[in-house]
Amino acid sequence: MFEYCTDPGTLSQFRWFSCFLTTGVHMSFYISFFKVLALLAITAPIALSFGFFGAMAARSPFLPLSWLGRGYIANVRGIPDIAFFLFFVIALDQAFEWARHKIKCPDWDQPIRQGADFIVCKAAKLPLGTSPEWMHESYGFFLATITFALVFGAFAASVLYGGMRAVPHAQIETAEAYGMSPRQTFWRIIVPQMWVYALPGLSNLWMVLIKATPLLFLLGIEDIVYWARELGGTKTSKFTAYPHGDWRMWYFLFLLVFYLAFTRLSEVVLEKLMTRLTHGQATSGGEAQRKATV
Amino acid sequence: MSCLQTIQDYGLRSIGIGERLLPRENFTLCEHFTLIGSGMIWNIYFAVVALLTGFVFATALAVAKGSANPWARKPAEWFIFLFRGSPLFIQFFFAYFLFLNLKGSFPFFDPFTAAWAGALIVLFLNTSAYSGEIFYGALRSIPKGDTDAANAYGMSGWPRFRRIIWPTMLRLAWPAYTNEAIFLFHATTLVYFSSFPAWQQKGDALYYANYFADKTFNPFIPYPILAMYFVIFTLVIITLFGAINKRLNRHLPEENRAKLRIRPNLIR
Repeated sequence: MFEYCTDPGTLSQFRWFSCFLTTGVHMSFYISFFKVLALLAITAPIALSFGFFGAMAARSPFLPLSWLGRGYIANVRGIPDIAFFLFFVIALDQAFEWARHKIKCPDWDQPIRQGADFIVCKAAKLPLGTSPEWMHESYGFFLATITFALVFGAFAASVLYGGMRAVPHAQIETAEAYGMSPRQTFWRIIVPQMWVYALPGLSNLWMVLIKATPLLFLLGIEDIVYWARELGGTKTSKFTAYPHGDWRMWYFLFLLVFYLAFTRLSEVVLEKLMTRLTHGQATSGGEAQRKATV
Repeated sequence: MSCLQTIQDYGLRSIGIGERLLPRENFTLCEHFTLIGSGMIWNIYFAVVALLTGFVFATALAVAKGSANPWARKPAEWFIFLFRGSPLFIQFFFAYFLFLNLKGSFPFFDPFTAAWAGALIVLFLNTSAYSGEIFYGALRSIPKGDTDAANAYGMSGWPRFRRIIWPTMLRLAWPAYTNEAIFLFHATTLVYFSSFPAWQQKGDALYYANYFADKTFNPFIPYPILAMYFVIFTLVIITLFGAINKRLNRHLPEENRAKLRIRPNLIR
């Protein structure tokens, strides 16, 4: 990156590091941090909406819909999530390819499962064998996002379901007394008030989501864990201008610090948000705020 | 090959007893069940040992964090923040490479690069931090009347802690601690996916489930089997902890007893 980097073997320690840490592969490492942030930014709203619909379905008076919502919430209990992650990525991939196969190659006569192989016609492959490298990467990222959203959507659904039920019953009765329909009660009374009850659970969920991002690595994404392993491994002078020993420990120490800082920052922000949401609420927190201002 | 034969060959495969070569093709359902079940031995080992040892350390951490002395409080606070604020996955990676580096200079660290000791230490420290925080929360919500009564009886120091504070702390913390135990049990599946090598293919349940899924490209058989095993053992944990909860609450009238509320598990 700098002009003096042409011959790293002769550099002083500080300059050597300034060159080493700005090589092309290190740039990929830094970019992968943005991948993690992008995943969080995309997944969080999607998971929240999944959760919202899940909770709405679970509350529904229409029984099959209610079962669907409850089933969605219940199926994540009791099973390690990492198993979900490994399962969903393959299952989703195969589901997409199978659907495309049915549409694009209706005259295919061989079975799709041939013993140990899953075979679909060429036109149904996802992404197409001919498509460029970035398509493959973003397809993997896309699958990972859906998987995260599905799993965390179920957690969010159970939190929001609890939040909706925690809205004081008197509020709902008052709404009914004013002649509001169930739909109006839901949108005007329950939804605005449930957030304060759901927020502790949701902020916990956000922390967990942050801490789940290294699992991207298991889904085959070139994320920070992937790069930390790649870059940290022993390099001899045969392959690189910057030979070094096994530094993976330091790279992972850096990741550890990154996550600690990130969770700490989130804690502070969520604390602020909680203070805002409690404002004027009929909870002990809201009461304490009211007393403090009087 | 009959199913009984398969169980004899692979029932203890995960700890290195029985057939050495894993099945390579024409997988039967029996092989799925046996190998994944055999891997559960490791999950149970990690969970049980980490929980038992972590319980003791967590109590100490909770007391330290609740203490007025900053020399005890600060380290405990930092320890808990360190392990609760970062992903367990990264902790595994870091610990593995740390032990790998240490092994170079001190042969003492040799066993720690293997999962049975290295991953166990990480799980122990991790569950200590999580349960330490739970116990600390319980310690702070011990009814004032209980300690007042203990004082009035002339109890102080160790007897007061042993007979009043500690049992009450456990009673208050138990529902949350049950969730933590389930949580940790599920977290044991991360071990073989985070650098710790499965030497001679001796892995845990997820390792074998993944092995089958990779070989057959069919996730719809091994993962549900794995899920079934975990649901069964989760129920065992709930039953066991429920019995302990009952004992901890036995002096209370029925309506004051804390119910176990099993919350959905989350990744750490």
